[in-house]
Amino acid sequence: MDKLVALLGWVDERFPLSKMWREHLSEYYAPKNFNFWYYFGSLAILVFVLQIVTGIVLTMYYKPDGDMAFFSVEYIMRDVNWGWLIRYMHSTGASAFFLVIYLHMFRGLMYGSYKKPRELLWILGVLIYLAMMAEAFFGYLLPWGQMSFWGAQVIVNLFAAVPFGIGEPLSEWIRGDFVISDATLNRFFAFHVIAVPFVLAALIVVHILALHEVGSNNPDGIEIKKNKGPDGIPLDGIPFHPYYTVKDIVGVVVFFIFFFAVVFFAPEMGGYFIEPPNFDQADPLKTPAHIAPVWYFTPFYAMLRAVPPMLGSQFPGVMVMGAAIVVLFFLPWIDRSPVKSIRYRGNSFKIALGVFVVSFVILGWLGTQPSTPGMTILAQIFTILYFAYFVALWFIPKFEKTKPVPERLTS
Amino acid sequence: MKKLITAFLMTMMPVLVMAAGDGMHNDKVDIDLSNKASLQNGAKLFVTYCLSCHSAKAMRYNRLVSDLGMTQEQVEKNLIFTSDFSKKEDGEATKVGSLMEVAMQARDAKQWFGTKIPDLSVVARSRGADWLYTYLRTFYIDKSRPYGVNNQRFPSVGMPHVMWELEGFKKAVYEDHKGADGKVHKVISGFETVVPGKLSTVEFDNAMRDLVNYMVYMGEPALLVRKTIGVWVMLFLVLFFFVAYAMKKEFWKDLH
Repeated sequence: MDKLVALLGWVDERFPLSKMWREHLSEYYAPKNFNFWYYFGSLAILVFVLQIVTGIVLTMYYKPDGDMAFFSVEYIMRDVNWGWLIRYMHSTGASAFFLVIYLHMFRGLMYGSYKKPRELLWILGVLIYLAMMAEAFFGYLLPWGQMSFWGAQVIVNLFAAVPFGIGEPLSEWIRGDFVISDATLNRFFAFHVIAVPFVLAALIVVHILALHEVGSNNPDGIEIKKNKGPDGIPLDGIPFHPYYTVKDIVGVVVFFIFFFAVVFFAPEMGGYFIEPPNFDQADPLKTPAHIAPVWYFTPFYAMLRAVPPMLGSQFPGVMVMGAAIVVLFFLPWIDRSPVKSIRYRGNSFKIALGVFVVSFVILGWLGTQPSTPGMTILAQIFTILYFAYFVALWFIPKFEKTKPVPERLTS
Repeated sequence: MKKLITAFLMTMMPVLVMAAGDGMHNDKVDIDLSNKASLQNGAKLFVTYCLSCHSAKAMRYNRLVSDLGMTQEQVEKNLIFTSDFSKKEDGEATKVGSLMEVAMQARDAKQWFGTKIPDLSVVARSRGADWLYTYLRTFYIDKSRPYGVNNQRFPSVGMPHVMWELEGFKKAVYEDHKGADGKVHKVISGFETVVPGKLSTVEFDNAMRDLVNYMVYMGEPALLVRKTIGVWVMLFLVLFFFVAYAMKKEFWKDLH
């Protein structure tokens, strides 16, 4: 034991190990009233680590080659010991990552976690979301099934919609070919296993550093740093470790129960996590009757299809889809209400947020369905409602009756 | 816990009803992956009737030894009918550790059947068991097709009626149906046996159920163990939940 302490001292003189432990865990003071919604940050890190670890194992057996990719995945599913488990954990993990992040973002919307002083924290989060979308898109091509192929075809063609003669060469440059091909598969593999994971890991570290600089928000939306004891410690704060580490372990176990229920009992999740047509090898000559992206992209896909082409170009749809994400970056400055948490905001805010969430979910469902005139009208209505949220947020504080915000945490 | 899982799955249900549907009817097939005899019979039918043209090149013969309760000798004697020409010019018997490949060249297949012949390793996962069961049982005489038969589930399919020896030949019985466009269409309402095969209708249905059972297994051999392992994992996690929860309570006791 003495020797270990001496070793720690030796390290501390050369690297701020104990200091980092204190700053980020044992003396990082988090509000003591975190509720259910505060599990999803740590769960997101957990899923990220799971994806990295299972991904490394998959990389050992997978072949990023147009002729071999499809069957190398089946090789993993059959001939690699426990390969099926690793693969299902990875495929389920992709969906779990988005589910957890969507709930994490919803928490931020509910409790105003994007507001001053957490604007940069929120922006970093949206950047992580963007990187995740890229990561998922590149990864979905790798099994080299029909949906991999045609889904990638649809998304790369979005870039081809850019006007002024830029689109076509741009999409060719992305594909490295005139169609999705072996060349595309190889470069997507590089992006999926090296480039984007690096970016993601870096962004996550910066996101956490930014969080620990400003401190966590909480369901009351009160800054605990405003009420400090004589020792300089927030009165309503508790050390992250051990209190939230042991609490998050409970969250991890509950999450795993759901996660592994899917992995072991319904890895395809009824065609939503792994689509049936993806068990047909990619075939450039056979277009599937109905192409739908994986569920986490479908809200944006529905928006894309909702916008009618103008002047023979799909570009307006692409713009709307992009705007749906870009608008998130401006959220901290769109919502100017001084009250953070939904607990003390008026009914107008609650209704607006409710409509926004319902619109997003319905758009998600619409994106999985074949498009018909009726469906397109629905998609148009809910696309408008999606954007209406941000317009409403701008005006609501002008007439909203908020409740008085208490000085200290309530629970 | 089961309740919790069910509740979770139920909440996901509305988004889970995505059908791979083309609006056509599928007969339901009741398969049982724990029925070894059915799987063995299915494997026999598969290597006898399907594996001559279709490959299943994700599947190894020796999986049948470990998974379907057969000896290596049984598999070698009864289920391997192909030769391996990769090493010797005259070929040699395919080894039990080999993948289920076929000798037919893709080029020839294209000439003979007008299309590439799909690999069947995971066809049960893309088409589904019910689709396969329906497809295998709805070949009928149609003189306009190159091989004299057509299929109700997969109209104008390039495949001949490979199982004619077992099922015999049947013709379609038509019925007039008024379509959504207001016109009258001829729709297949049933089949009538013209030339009987070795098996009765019920026997043939059972044989096809065994074949589909095998193909579902072949689509994902891990299915045989996946759910059993899952139950143990669930049990562990539920137990661990109580431990983790007790630890959380213990730590949080001193907070007010």
